[in-house]
Amino acid sequence: MWAYVVRRCLIGVILILAMTLVTFALFFATPIDAARYACGKNCSEEQRNITRAALGYDKPVVEQWAGFIQGLFVGRDFPLDESQREAAPDQVTHCGAPCLGYSSFNAKTINELVADALPVTVSLAIVALVLWLIGGVLFGIMAAINQGSFLDRGIVGATLVIYAFPSFAIAVFLLNYVAIKWGVFPYPKYTEIADGGVFEWFGNLLLPAVTLALLFLAGYVRMTRAFVLESLTEDYIRTANAKGLSQGKVVFKHALRAALTPLVTMAGLDFATLLGGAIITERVFNYPGLGLLTIQANAASDLPVMVGVVLLAGSFVILANIIVDVLYAVIDPRVRVA
Amino acid sequence: MSDVSNTLGGTPTKDGAFLSVRDLKVHFTTSDGIVKATDGLSFDLERGKTLGIVGESGSGKSVSSSAIMGLHRGTNAKLSGEILLDGVDLLHVSDEEMRKRRGRDVAMIFQDPLSAMHPYYTVGNQIMEAYQVHNDVTKREARKRAIEMLDRVGIPQPDRRVDDYPHQFSGGMRQRAMIAMGLINNPSLLIADEPTTALDVTVQAQILDLLQDLQRDFDAAIIIITHDLGVVAEMADDVLVMYAGRAVEYGPGKEILTHPEMPYTWGLLSSVPDLTASTEAKLIPIRGNPPSLLNPPPGCPFEPRCDHVAKVGGDLCKTVLPELTPARSGGNHTKRCHLENPDEVYEAEILPEIAPDLVED
Repeated sequence: MWAYVVRRCLIGVILILAMTLVTFALFFATPIDAARYACGKNCSEEQRNITRAALGYDKPVVEQWAGFIQGLFVGRDFPLDESQREAAPDQVTHCGAPCLGYSSFNAKTINELVADALPVTVSLAIVALVLWLIGGVLFGIMAAINQGSFLDRGIVGATLVIYAFPSFAIAVFLLNYVAIKWGVFPYPKYTEIADGGVFEWFGNLLLPAVTLALLFLAGYVRMTRAFVLESLTEDYIRTANAKGLSQGKVVFKHALRAALTPLVTMAGLDFATLLGGAIITERVFNYPGLGLLTIQANAASDLPVMVGVVLLAGSFVILANIIVDVLYAVIDPRVRVA
Repeated sequence: MSDVSNTLGGTPTKDGAFLSVRDLKVHFTTSDGIVKATDGLSFDLERGKTLGIVGESGSGKSVSSSAIMGLHRGTNAKLSGEILLDGVDLLHVSDEEMRKRRGRDVAMIFQDPLSAMHPYYTVGNQIMEAYQVHNDVTKREARKRAIEMLDRVGIPQPDRRVDDYPHQFSGGMRQRAMIAMGLINNPSLLIADEPTTALDVTVQAQILDLLQDLQRDFDAAIIIITHDLGVVAEMADDVLVMYAGRAVEYGPGKEILTHPEMPYTWGLLSSVPDLTASTEAKLIPIRGNPPSLLNPPPGCPFEPRCDHVAKVGGDLCKTVLPELTPARSGGNHTKRCHLENPDEVYEAEILPEIAPDLVED
């Protein structure tokens, strides 16, 4: 088991390195002069060259990539050009390992930017995950045990209709009507647990999290319905019925237990994807998470931020894959090899 | 009640039998029409006795036994007739009442113990669950009882194996565990649906021994569903041969096996390999397939596959469903066949083919 985990982790590291290489190659294939954007408007030729040297854009792409990888493991000091650091030691920014880069646009390391944005995105993703899992599983079971009835069709139909709405439409509706016009919820503004406590944190997250959860709800309702229906035809369900168990026990203890395995897999991967930032939802609700950071970086052609965020988001997906595979062994005793 | 059974063709009624099934019908409505999976089945069973129900796949054996368990409730199956267990009609008790009887009064063990047990829960957990549904006991007591039962059905080191998952058990041990689960509440009726089909031959004999042993201890009535006449010969006091949802021959096990009077039973007997028989004995399969239960033939359902139709005058077999009538050998033996002298045909044509040594005696 442990050998398996170690092997998977090693493969994960290799994947992450390959991902950085591809990201680098892609970004430098674009006809954008990164130094010009990093330097800002009204930038003279001379200043631009200084910026270019400070960010290492004067070096070949492979060398830049090697420097980036080095930064991941041992950290880096910005500006990268040694003569500039010696000229103004007080303006040197140290970026500790794992260094994701430096955004001269924000005058901050990417690590600092991520450290600010990640808690927002993680909070959002967790609340959304809980909402869509509870909703998806409950509605899915309800549809499954009433298969073919109006309730079943109603649930599946309604979730499909919701699914058909783009998330920005739902987000705008929730924001404009539920929050502003009807005032059911206060205007959502991210508050940390440390500042406002769990309830305020949760209350503020509810609307954007609902937006995200609705996006996934239809899929999870249908999956749960299909998996529960499938496991309800299994022989062990007949055994459970033959024992005289109540329907609740049969469905929740026996049928759902078997349906849980594929659901956990899907949920793990979807959650990891969300950790890369919910771009539309964060934009509409103006939540300063990774998604908003990405949009801003994109608008400003802030390449280092985008490289950093892509790497981070990709790592989450790779990590989630490993965790889900290990979780399999926990969920299914048959996979638990001695 | 005896009036009802008489109109059905004289099934012998033992009034006050422990389990008495009368004119049981299980019909499924499908988009293609009504599937008559069981169509007018009657039999009786006393405590401590064993009834063997024999027939090919799709003859209605399992559907009928699921009806006794009340497992068709909540499906689109239409049930009619009577299932009297100790005087209570199981078809007319409430769903909740039936649920309470399930596993307590009537228990069932299934064909494939691997798929019949939940792969994600330990064997002990599943056995304890069966006990806890019907008894208000603590987890510790239920566990003690589960270990006791595992020990009783011959699982070695039951206090350790109780925490194993089904996949860690061998096929025979899983079936033993299923039997432990079935008998944990001392049910008065145990239905064993092909309990040995998925097992090794050597293990089969052990399981059958165990069932007989437990039957003596618990004084339970057992219905054993099988297509293996060897199992029937070993276990059954009475035998019911089913074909296309109906009983085609019913009577004491010994009678049915030695003096069968219905060509379908002959076919089943001819399909059994006999190790001790002479090498001249032939193994003759029944040709063709069972009829569709959606559009059964109007006459005898076995007519399309029967080799003896010519011995019956006209197209009686094709047009008229034979009634369940007393066999020529008498006793409680009944059969559903138009043949005038089935016993003579059997002696003259079938026996020499399948058991030449017996004829010479």
